[in-house]
Amino acid sequence: MSRIVARRLMVAVPGLVGVVVVTFLLNRALPGDPAAFFAGPAATQQAIQEIRVKLGLDRSLPEQFALYVRDLARGDLGRSLTTGQPVASDLFSRLPASLELTLCGLVLALVVAVPLGVLSATRPGSPFDHGARVLTTAGVSLPIFFTGLVLVYVFYYLLGWAPPPLGRLDAFTTPPPRITGFFLLDAALARQPTTLAAAARQLALPTVTLGFFAMAPIARMTRAAMLGVLGSDFIRTARASGLAPRTVLLTYALRNALLPVVTLLGMIFSFLLGANVLVEKVFAWPGIGSYALEALIASDYAPVQGFVLTMAMLYVLLNLTIDLVYRLIDPRVRIEG
Amino acid sequence: MLRTPRMVGPLLSLLATIIATGGAAAQGRNETLIVIVESGPNTMDIHGVGANRPAYQASWNLYDRLMTYGVKTLADGSKMYDYNVLKPELAESWTVAPDGMSVTFKLRRDARFHDGTPVTAKDVKWSFDRAVTVGGFPTFQMKAGSLEKSEQFETVDDSTFRVNLLRKDKLTMPDLGVPVPVVINAELAKKHATANDPWAMEWLKNNDAGSGAYRLESWKPGQETIYIRFDDWKSGPLPKLKRVIVREVPSAGNRRALLERGDADISFDLPPKDFAELAKAGKLQVTSHPVENAFGYVGMNVKNAPFSTLKVRQAVAHAVPFEKMFSSALFGRGVLLSGNPIASHTYGHDFFPSPIKTDLTKAKALMAEAGYANGFDTTLSFDQGFATINEPMAVLLQESLAQIGIRTTINKVPGSNWRNLLLKKEMPIFLNAFGGWLNYPEYFFFWNLHGQNAVFNTSSYQNPEMDKLIDAARFETDSKKYAEDVRGFAKLMLADIPRVAVYQPLLDIAMQKNVKGYQYWFHRQLDYRQLEKQ
Amino acid sequence: MSALARHAWYVFGDNPVTAGALGLFIALVVLAVVGPMIAPYDPLASDTTMALQAPSRMHWFGTDQVGRDILSRVLAATRLDLMISVAAVALSFVVGSTAGAAAGFFGGWTDRLVTRVTDTIMAFPLFVLAMGIVAALGNTLANIVLATAVINVPFYARMARAEANVRREAGFVEAARLAGNGSARVLAVHVFPNCLPPMVVQASLNLGWAILNAAGLSFIGLGVRPPTPEWGIMVAEGAAFIVSGEWWIALFPGVALMLAVFCFNLLGDGLRDLIDPRRRT
Repeated sequence: MSRIVARRLMVAVPGLVGVVVVTFLLNRALPGDPAAFFAGPAATQQAIQEIRVKLGLDRSLPEQFALYVRDLARGDLGRSLTTGQPVASDLFSRLPASLELTLCGLVLALVVAVPLGVLSATRPGSPFDHGARVLTTAGVSLPIFFTGLVLVYVFYYLLGWAPPPLGRLDAFTTPPPRITGFFLLDAALARQPTTLAAAARQLALPTVTLGFFAMAPIARMTRAAMLGVLGSDFIRTARASGLAPRTVLLTYALRNALLPVVTLLGMIFSFLLGANVLVEKVFAWPGIGSYALEALIASDYAPVQGFVLTMAMLYVLLNLTIDLVYRLIDPRVRIEG
Repeated sequence: MLRTPRMVGPLLSLLATIIATGGAAAQGRNETLIVIVESGPNTMDIHGVGANRPAYQASWNLYDRLMTYGVKTLADGSKMYDYNVLKPELAESWTVAPDGMSVTFKLRRDARFHDGTPVTAKDVKWSFDRAVTVGGFPTFQMKAGSLEKSEQFETVDDSTFRVNLLRKDKLTMPDLGVPVPVVINAELAKKHATANDPWAMEWLKNNDAGSGAYRLESWKPGQETIYIRFDDWKSGPLPKLKRVIVREVPSAGNRRALLERGDADISFDLPPKDFAELAKAGKLQVTSHPVENAFGYVGMNVKNAPFSTLKVRQAVAHAVPFEKMFSSALFGRGVLLSGNPIASHTYGHDFFPSPIKTDLTKAKALMAEAGYANGFDTTLSFDQGFATINEPMAVLLQESLAQIGIRTTINKVPGSNWRNLLLKKEMPIFLNAFGGWLNYPEYFFFWNLHGQNAVFNTSSYQNPEMDKLIDAARFETDSKKYAEDVRGFAKLMLADIPRVAVYQPLLDIAMQKNVKGYQYWFHRQLDYRQLEKQ
Repeated sequence: MSALARHAWYVFGDNPVTAGALGLFIALVVLAVVGPMIAPYDPLASDTTMALQAPSRMHWFGTDQVGRDILSRVLAATRLDLMISVAAVALSFVVGSTAGAAAGFFGGWTDRLVTRVTDTIMAFPLFVLAMGIVAALGNTLANIVLATAVINVPFYARMARAEANVRREAGFVEAARLAGNGSARVLAVHVFPNCLPPMVVQASLNLGWAILNAAGLSFIGLGVRPPTPEWGIMVAEGAAFIVSGEWWIALFPGVALMLAVFCFNLLGDGLRDLIDPRRRT
């Protein structure tokens, strides 16, 4: 097992190198002069030049890149000019917010879309099937920020059911002591039910916004996979053997159909992490998406680089995890691999 | 039927808890103010590099200055700072020397920093030295009041501080009341200074070393800042609010929703249209005050063709659709200047009221006279950070200019690049705004149109005659000569028209009906000391 | 009727949703072509006296902040949005599939190079990469198309590579080689066309995604420049007016956008059925 993990990680390294190089170049190509920005409104050319030197921006590109790589090797992701903090600590404090939101969105999407896909597969071509397809496709056809804003408008502004879109917790609740950074988990571990409830309330709308977006591909894939599996020989045998339809469906068919869905989850998770940027802006969610966005607008290089690198590494880890999970679920892979 | 999994019971009760605790925490509400902003401070140190506007608000409330301004009540009952009255803050009293070349301040003996140590003249000197030494914006601002060298600052004894003047400048005293000359706890700061960082820039960025009415309880950059009252504050009446929470909410629509539903108490950061509607709806209090010594304008580069030709600039001036811009972009929230180079509530505003009339025929004729009968193509730029107002203005201007032959492409420039482009001074035509803290017309002209070519001289305007008038006005003591100087430089600006003043912005603020005590300040930030919730 | 047409008729008949999507697609194309001509007002003409009017007989979709007619702008945007998505998808399709097919067919260095590049692109969360490219190069129409194309290239490259790889040793390819065709010709004429079907499905799905991408970029300020009418930017700008009650500014372009993306998604599903009955979903 560890050999497989090591091999997978080795394969990922060139990809990560590519990411580092591309991010660096893109960042340097960003218009705007951070030195001018941070020299302030009354700066002279001379003052800006001083700041440019201080920020190391007057060196040649290869030199800057070398410095960047050297710092990376030490775990130093640089310093954000917009927050004034080291990027690594900014990311560390903000990553759990994005991860918690994305995971909740994914879980919600699974909980809704998998049963939908399964039921559609048992009634192919029926009005239910078509209806489910229309519904899930509608969810993925709207710009995600629009869905978010409409949900806030209807459920908060008009109906008052949802809490104010102020971030992860309302103004009067203190965060639970940090163990994982996931408020739901930390509040549960610290036995603080009111904090848990407060965090859950704030999570509701953004989770629905994200989940809505992920439902369609999951439902579609589940349906396709189920259809494929339901038509196979072993299912026919199971039915012929007299097993109850529910057992056939859930114990035999679904477990096999889930394999391609698991593969798809990796892509969807990565996709949701990207879409997070927009959702975080709408819900004032203090995650790494909004962090990177503000840095991008301020031509603040270090956070953007750190953000992209973090995402890329997450993606690699995620694919690795999925590979391993796959091995656990599917014995054929173990034998072949 | 599927057998219900065992988790359902606990899950349902959790759900119930979630819904039930919805209406939570009403206690402490009346002593806590929830402020929502578009973006928050990027440093707690106003002398820090690149300190943004929200950082001024933090600094104003965490730190004290030697003096502050008094209050006056306007005809409509609203309150604003009185720029003619300087009140004691850390300084109990001050005396100007008979020869007028120095001011001696007597400091309060009971003033304490947040860590309990007393405020002494040594702290004042260290802080002022810092302000004039670190460069950048703070140093510039000190210079505007002729506060330029650390030699000017003298510690006479522990509670006496003297400022020696380089020249007689009527702006010196007012300049000591602006946000920049804060008094920092020098001993505390010096503990965190290093050989490379003698002014403790690193530490003061994230930490509070002030003596102001509020202490920093917590700061999560990009999320929220929480202030808690400093109960030992002696430089004025103890504020009523115990706690102030400033939360960042990037979406403008959500900010409005939060205010309307009562989940936030106060905010500056709404589009003009929302203020206009909230004012009419009457559920919230909307207070407005024209931003002093400020206007938004159409700027042109006078150094490069085609706008280097005077007649072209005059043509543009006559093509600016003032009324349309005012109604669609600002929803009337402002003062329409129509070219008046001096804003309302500033001396000289009445000299040239609404001097420019929109006249497309005249504009077209001027274009022909300038040799551009067939027009030309150019780029119209503006700061994306202010797109809410600038974009509709740009679109309307674009349409109008097209009618006199000037075909523009609109260039929406991201914030960081905007500063850079302004510095380069190459943009042919653009929308920009400037506001000065000190309410004197020559202060505005000094920054914007003087040959010293500050970054705010966005048109690259150079005219020795203009410089003479501005410099004379700055130090003029005779009121008749002063009037002539001001009239002179205003008239010159209208003649050369490097920029067309369009509107003076309004500082709007919306708050719940139970929030009282708001006062307009020239720095356009909230002073928590005056606010209370009833 | 030809066999394909008969098969298509069967698939669509069995699947009314896909038939509906096809109809919608045709309607969109028609609107893209004739839209600007049938628009009642100039989409760029402002009229500040008529700003922020609710839908009425004079303005069926109402007017926006500077008084422009929203119906005309939505119609004009149809053409622009379809052009953006078609251009972006075409670009990524051509580049991706060629590169992928070559990689799968020739193997060796070509394969390694193409795989490296696609892995690098795929390691970025897609929207973030598009954001970075547009921010770096400037938010012109061309750059938005380019950014969308770049982030979609890996899909086609991978598919083409997989398909070409499978067919590399196939009998008909051997035959073509023996007949004297050079490698390049074999790839182009014999292998490549067989890779196309699944990629056409992907292309249809990507058309929708390209439009959503442009909308997302507009929301964060990196979209097309004013006063260009484009659905995404109209929705992003209109979003600010929802709370104050001017719902029509965001709703109409939002519905148009949704219908278009919806249509492309469903069409993609339908094409999948048409092309490969084994993979019918």
